[in-house]
Amino acid sequence: MQIVIVGHVDHGKSTLVGRLLADTGVLGDGKLEKVRATCERQGKVFEYAFLLDALEAEQDQGITIDAARVFFRTALRDYIIIDAPGHIEFLKNMVTGAARAEAAVLLIDAKEGVRENSRRHGYLLSMLGIRQVAVVVNKMDLVDFDRAHFDGIAAEYRAFLADVGIRPAHVIPMAARSGDNVATRSNATPWYDGPTVLEAVDGFAKLPSRASAALRMPVQDVYKWGHRGDDARVIAGRVESGTLRVGDRVLFSPSNKTATVASIERWAAPEEQSVEAGRSIGVTLDQQIYVERGEVLSHLQDAPEVGTRLRVNLFWLGKRPMERGRAYKLKLGTAATEVRLHEIHRVLDASDLQARIDKPQVDRHDVADVVLVTRHTIAFDRSADNEITGRFVIVDGYDIAGGGIVRELVPDEHHDLRMQSRLRDIEWVRGDITPGQRAELNGHPATLVMLTGEHGVGKHAVARALEAHLVKRGHHAYLLDGKNVFLGVDADLALDDRDELVRRFGEVAHLLLDAGLLVISTTNVIGLADHRVIETLVAPRPVFTVHLGAPVPGDAPGLNYPAGTAVEGTVEGIVEELRRRGRLRRDA
Amino acid sequence: MTPLEALEEQSIYIFREAYKHFRQLCMLWSIGKDSTVLLWLARKAFFGHVPFPLVHIDTSYKVPSMIRYRDDLARRWKLQMIVGQNRDALAQGMNHTRGRLTCCRALKTDALRHTLDGSWPRLRMGPDGNYREEEKREAFTGVIVGARADEEGSRSKERYFSPRDHAGDWDVSEQPPELWNQFKTDFAPGTHVRIHPLLDWTEINIWEYIERERIPIIDIYFDDGTGHRYRSIGCECCTTKIASTARDTAEILVELRRTNVPERAGRAQDQEDTYAMEKLRREGYM
Repeated sequence: MQIVIVGHVDHGKSTLVGRLLADTGVLGDGKLEKVRATCERQGKVFEYAFLLDALEAEQDQGITIDAARVFFRTALRDYIIIDAPGHIEFLKNMVTGAARAEAAVLLIDAKEGVRENSRRHGYLLSMLGIRQVAVVVNKMDLVDFDRAHFDGIAAEYRAFLADVGIRPAHVIPMAARSGDNVATRSNATPWYDGPTVLEAVDGFAKLPSRASAALRMPVQDVYKWGHRGDDARVIAGRVESGTLRVGDRVLFSPSNKTATVASIERWAAPEEQSVEAGRSIGVTLDQQIYVERGEVLSHLQDAPEVGTRLRVNLFWLGKRPMERGRAYKLKLGTAATEVRLHEIHRVLDASDLQARIDKPQVDRHDVADVVLVTRHTIAFDRSADNEITGRFVIVDGYDIAGGGIVRELVPDEHHDLRMQSRLRDIEWVRGDITPGQRAELNGHPATLVMLTGEHGVGKHAVARALEAHLVKRGHHAYLLDGKNVFLGVDADLALDDRDELVRRFGEVAHLLLDAGLLVISTTNVIGLADHRVIETLVAPRPVFTVHLGAPVPGDAPGLNYPAGTAVEGTVEGIVEELRRRGRLRRDA
Repeated sequence: MTPLEALEEQSIYIFREAYKHFRQLCMLWSIGKDSTVLLWLARKAFFGHVPFPLVHIDTSYKVPSMIRYRDDLARRWKLQMIVGQNRDALAQGMNHTRGRLTCCRALKTDALRHTLDGSWPRLRMGPDGNYREEEKREAFTGVIVGARADEEGSRSKERYFSPRDHAGDWDVSEQPPELWNQFKTDFAPGTHVRIHPLLDWTEINIWEYIERERIPIIDIYFDDGTGHRYRSIGCECCTTKIASTARDTAEILVELRRTNVPERAGRAQDQEDTYAMEKLRREGYM
């Protein structure tokens, strides 16, 4: 079991860990003597903390700079103790250490009482998802083991922790240096009848299995080798929650693809018909569907949320503040996408939850309630429903700069359509030919090429020439003109019913794409704002936009040609770009 | 899930993350028990394949059977083997009598650094099982290493994915945060990342896993018939055997559960100075 020891700087974390090691006899022979001798040589008084401070830098400064892992054993089980630094400068290391832990010991100095980092650490532990906590009031010898003093600190800290959703299992009076209530009961605290620190640690429960929760397996990678020697695609990932069985119908989000599990793959291991949460496996499907890293495998019921707007609680550790207008990378499960800070609800000082700070950015060590917007649709859960697929980190430049948990999905303007097309895709009736087989027979996958631009800029001429160019070379291309959809499919609609016109156009495009075609669309009805609607309706098939005329601010088309560019040149440019993106054969 | 199963699953997860994110990926294989377990876990992660090269630094002073074992397994398991060496230092007669740390630095640290960045020649095993000079040498940006946090103090500070700077150095106090299985997979040009799938394993876990999986570990870990065996292996001149009659994995486990002697007690370079290992590690020693 991994446990973390946290607390304000100098409240005695390393001393406690050193003491635990010494008192339980797990130190290697000679280690204690070696450290004593080193202290003597350096003219320092021996401290139990030195047992841990294996690094020069650390001993010089007298503070823990990184979360060191100490292996430790009681009669009950093996532990890894993570000694997390208490100094604010090293909060990132405390977070690193604590995020790995199943339980935490929060240390408070009896003389100093509840300090800034006692509160900050408590809040972060809550956000990191740690629910099992024991509070230890250290250095009781400095306050003469006074019960009233202890009770005051215990009450104050319990109240704070209650605010952040943590109920400590115990609050323990202790003196690490002299060993009172560490491994043995102290005679100095006859008024205390709770466990020693060691007993409290042994009393932490293993986290319950997530096997009975909703199934989630974020796709980590897709391998083209099966150990059976065939070329079946193996979808690799770890079942983070729930139970997966051979024969299960599964859904991949956000692509909405469905399939049946044909086998569960492991190497040099007995064959299995079902696996529970925690296992890193491979999965083969009954048909070859194209799925990518970042998608989440689930059952058809209890599927994850999909969207682009997330209301989150986050903590920021980056040297540069988190600001609006800058692009960051969001990593959630195995998905990674560009993300921006959309709206700040409030910024908190984690050491004083009452203080609400009015500012336009999230600074280092702040905790904030914000809305993030991702560039691409991602699948996730509310942290309250699934803590693993409900948490994320944010990368700024090359380093992880923050992390947080998802409170809820915030519907964007396409949310309803996205949900409708998800239902459509799940229920979709398929023939025996898969999109992969169709692409192989056609020599190219289905793609929607949308030509956009002002009326009269020459979209139609380019679309016609492109269709002819492709079909003459054996491609299955089709020109979908908006007018033709309007004449028939939309015959019952009024011209001003724009939403429905756009929706029907998108659905027609979706059908043609399902037929495996290269769809070239041009219409004057559909404006720029409608492109996202079409993209949502045909997702995950790619939409490739070619804009003719002056660039539109805020729009980033696949290609842009100035008005008056020769039709042949434009067609060749489009074909070349489609080839580069793998949407056409190389020799096309 | 047993604790050993949990360690295995996490290691597999780390391997797959490494393979997905690092185009120029390799794994250091010292032939020792830890990196051989690592090799086995790679095959677990990739269904019997090892989709990246294995790098071995040959100081020329290794126990001879280590090289035979290495090449034999490489041919049998179809491994992409790369071997690096500090040829200049060896030509000038470098050996441990010139100072153990000096020798380690030249034959291991320097050789490793220049083998990983591609600046020195390296040998690559061809499909026929013979070594040839590698022609197009690229710098590795992801290096999988079998370090365990319980081995000695400085290793307990490592992340699963630990950045190394342009010179291959490790800045212990400036490591980025790592949480919730989100690792450092973005890195500046010229830097590289060390990846540690075995970080949470202990020496006992390693042997328990060797036993459970029946991994064909090199036999110098077992009693050589004289009541002695290696507990940690390296160069013949700087590694001493321990008194032990353990003949197989099960007997080693019985012995380990009783001992309080540190694993690397037989490794002479560790005893040179209190901070020996940290100094070597900061400079890129694995």
